Amino acid sequence: MNNSILVVVLASAVTYGTPLLYSALGELVAERSGVLNLGVEGMMLVGAVMGFWAVQTIPGPGPLVLIIAVCVAAIAAGLMALIHAFLVITLRANQIVSGLALTIFAGAGGLSSYLGNDLNLADAPAKHAFGAFFPHSMQTLPVVGPIFFEQNALVFVAWLFVGGVAFYLARTRPGLNLKAVGEAPAAADAMGINVTRTRYIHTVVGGAFAGIGGATFSLAITPQWVDGLTQGAGWIAIALVIFAFWRPALCLVGAYFFGAFAGLPFTLQARGVTVAPELFQALPYVMTILVLVTVSAAGARRRLGAPGALGTPYVREER
Amino acid sequence: MSKRKVALVAALTAVVATASLVVTAVGSAKQHDVFKAAWIYVGPHNDGGWSQAHDQGRLAVVKALGSKVETTYKENVPEGPQVSQVIDSLVKDGNKIIFATSFGYQDAMVAAAKKYPDVYFEMATGYKTSKNMAVYYGAGEDSIFLSGMAAGAATKSGVVGYVVPFAIPEVIRHTNAFALGVQATHPGATVKIVWTNSWFSPATEKKAAQSLKAAGADVIGQNVDSPAAGQYAESVSLPWVGYDSDAQKFAPKQWLTAAVYDWGVYYIPRVKAAMAGTWKTGSYYGSMADGFTKIAPFGSLVASGTKSAITTKAAGIKAGTFKVFAGPLYDQSGKLRVAKGKALSLGDLMAIDWLVKGVEGSAKG
Repeated sequence: MNNSILVVVLASAVTYGTPLLYSALGELVAERSGVLNLGVEGMMLVGAVMGFWAVQTIPGPGPLVLIIAVCVAAIAAGLMALIHAFLVITLRANQIVSGLALTIFAGAGGLSSYLGNDLNLADAPAKHAFGAFFPHSMQTLPVVGPIFFEQNALVFVAWLFVGGVAFYLARTRPGLNLKAVGEAPAAADAMGINVTRTRYIHTVVGGAFAGIGGATFSLAITPQWVDGLTQGAGWIAIALVIFAFWRPALCLVGAYFFGAFAGLPFTLQARGVTVAPELFQALPYVMTILVLVTVSAAGARRRLGAPGALGTPYVREER
Repeated sequence: MSKRKVALVAALTAVVATASLVVTAVGSAKQHDVFKAAWIYVGPHNDGGWSQAHDQGRLAVVKALGSKVETTYKENVPEGPQVSQVIDSLVKDGNKIIFATSFGYQDAMVAAAKKYPDVYFEMATGYKTSKNMAVYYGAGEDSIFLSGMAAGAATKSGVVGYVVPFAIPEVIRHTNAFALGVQATHPGATVKIVWTNSWFSPATEKKAAQSLKAAGADVIGQNVDSPAAGQYAESVSLPWVGYDSDAQKFAPKQWLTAAVYDWGVYYIPRVKAAMAGTWKTGSYYGSMADGFTKIAPFGSLVASGTKSAITTKAAGIKAGTFKVFAGPLYDQSGKLRVAKGKALSLGDLMAIDWLVKGVEGSAKG
């Protein structure tokens, strides 16, 4: 029963959706403040490499080292986001150009590869890795075993993040301020909200989330470091935010949906069903394009939840 | 105005600095008459697999020839138009022999060989030769057959999973050899294959291994380059056969063995010949007898009986008394492809597009 296609696909949806979920949540937080950051892929890779560096070098008991490693990943990626924040908030550079530049600078062939080589991280298994969180007896339970109990701690922490971000946005004052800054920075400014500070904080926190997303690869899914480990997950995460209409709970659904598509072609192949893998690999992008077309239609943008000031720098004098 | 001046001064300084660098570079090249050799890798030089094995071959050249040779490598070079640029820049840097180590570089190499007649080009896994372009590879199928024997001995369910990259003759040949090896120690066993359409893609390889386990495989083998499937196998306690490097450290408990290549066996004499001016084109197909292909040390799961069976077959392969692709061989549909007493020729093997009986999966990717 646990080997049925449905269970296997659902289990892989959760596993491979988790890094997407972290990164998409981070991007969502940044975009809600009005800052579009296309540097997710680069931030994820820097998080992945620094998190891996931490587990390889920090001595101590496994669980503690892993927690520190996740923090290191978050801080490293947060620093990357800080570069973007400085460029687009303080210097008011074009957000799209700056984000792309960040991915080129930090991503595969850039800083993350340099760090991986310089710190000599390749070709070694992780000293500690996130394994199944629950005891083996629970993993063999029908259906829920593979889908829930075989998963690692980062999967469950991600759920807390979803709840936390949703609560923060809907129920707390800073969250409401954040939305105000993303929708109408001039009005927020008039209300006495510090637009620059709000945007800085949420861009950097968004980056830190992406770092944890990257570390999910290097510490849990494939506990090793290789160049370009995330393989474009950062781009899917950006698409996912639009796909989820800027809502945290829908991010979860979308991430698992994309995660399922990542595993499905292989599951089918192993059962003797031959489908062109290119078709499945292209599907997430095709869906994203469809959603993008829908969302960018005039009028739909506001209804679906895109922050009003997304992508535009705030200049006080223009009030 | 002053800003512009600063920029101008900075630009001038940069030009002067670059110019002086170029001058010193030219000067140093004249001073020491070292021979320059270059390698092009499809993955990182330390990928723990294919590219790393080539890089170890390069290091063997350095060790053997010391300061007489200067080696460089370009890593992560995609199999596309960029290759030509990389080759151009390597030739401009004064490299006299260039080894390209992935199949997709072949056409760019052919073009470059025409363009630069005084540079020697070496194309791994290729088949197109010219006056200054040679091809080289080895009978990986022999050592892969032996690694398949270890997998066959380890399977209880009689279903072995095999993670494969692209549906090209090289990989189909290797898959067949693996399946024949599995069947040699476990008659009637099946080999399920999953294509990843990538040489090196850790997360994808893990997904493939997961799907194979769910489909009933209790041993995992691979023809792809990363150790991700092995890490997964270790985490779910499935024995694992790696490929093209000794990756035991990634799965210390579940490691069986792997077919590996010693590229230095080819690289050292070729660079020497190029230096001496005795280089000739050719089509090298390394063997176990040359020491070019071999199998990695066994893991603790391999029983002593299996080890001795493998050693015996290895001796037969080296002596030429045992051929992996000897008949009778049947294809997936059960049709007799190679009659008893006959064997597939090297030419047949280079163009093979059918899978042997017992392999479950498509030969078309």
